Amino acid sequence: MSEAEFEGIVESRWSGGASPFAINSKKLGMWLFIVSDSLTFSALLISYAYVRLETPNWPRPFEIWPAIAKSSFMTFVLLSSSLTMVLGVNAAFKGDRKKTVRYLIATIICGIAFVAIHATEWVTLFGEGVTPWGNPWGVPLFGGTFFGLTGLHMLHVTIGVAYLAIIAWGFGKGKYTAEHVEVSGLYWHFVDLVWMFIFPMVYLLSVNPK
Amino acid sequence: MSAHGHAELSHEHSVGTTRLFSIVWVWLLLLTAVEVFLAYERLEVHLMITILVGLSLIKAALIMSYFMHLRFERLGLFLLLVPAMVFCICMMLIMFFPDSIRLMNLRPH
Repeated sequence: MSEAEFEGIVESRWSGGASPFAINSKKLGMWLFIVSDSLTFSALLISYAYVRLETPNWPRPFEIWPAIAKSSFMTFVLLSSSLTMVLGVNAAFKGDRKKTVRYLIATIICGIAFVAIHATEWVTLFGEGVTPWGNPWGVPLFGGTFFGLTGLHMLHVTIGVAYLAIIAWGFGKGKYTAEHVEVSGLYWHFVDLVWMFIFPMVYLLSVNPK
Repeated sequence: MSAHGHAELSHEHSVGTTRLFSIVWVWLLLLTAVEVFLAYERLEVHLMITILVGLSLIKAALIMSYFMHLRFERLGLFLLLVPAMVFCICMMLIMFFPDSIRLMNLRPH
């Protein structure tokens, strides 16, 4: 390799120019947001793990039906929505607007189903007297951490559904580009990723072992 | 330079087929099933949380590399995002656990 060639490679890799990571600014912005948001969730999950491990009489109220069956199904729904999302992004880059919008709508429906099932789960718990401030088992932190973690996650899912609806509408009209769809996809996958931690830590560590 | 960048931008998205994404999806479902199965094994809680978080980290890595396309991006983007994130989370863990456990022990019984 001549020195000029070597210089050329070094320059293309490190000088950056207009686009050092070969991605657009929206995508870089979303990635940076995701990193900061992941730290918010990490802080909450780490403090939850501490509280969970240091409380010997932590309640284990979740039966197979409804809590574990429902939350496993919710995990399935959210994972499937990630699959439809990624296929939507692929369709968007192929320029197939109709297919993209259809995939995005499937993703939105999964998101709404997730929030709806989770809401019934909350209502059941309220019915059992579990609130963010107290519960029949005398460990108020159980409700505080459960509703705090799942509530913040539900808020993310709700915002994600609204975000995807706007993107689907705008992309169908030709207002947005495939990059917009991809960036909204990054957010959606992140919401899915966070649930992959919340589901085992909140639900599976509190199953009723019977 | 800019032409080179554009060429990379346009073909980066041809990677990743429906088949590949479906396989990743199946793996994620399988790992979830393993987690649910493990929840009913009577393991000690510290061991359980370690196994569950370990499996979840694998799932997170799968989602980030395939669904979020990080595998198909330049290495530079990965190096920008992931080490910083891992470092911050490790700092939280290192700062948080020893101090809070010490505080627990200082509490009047």
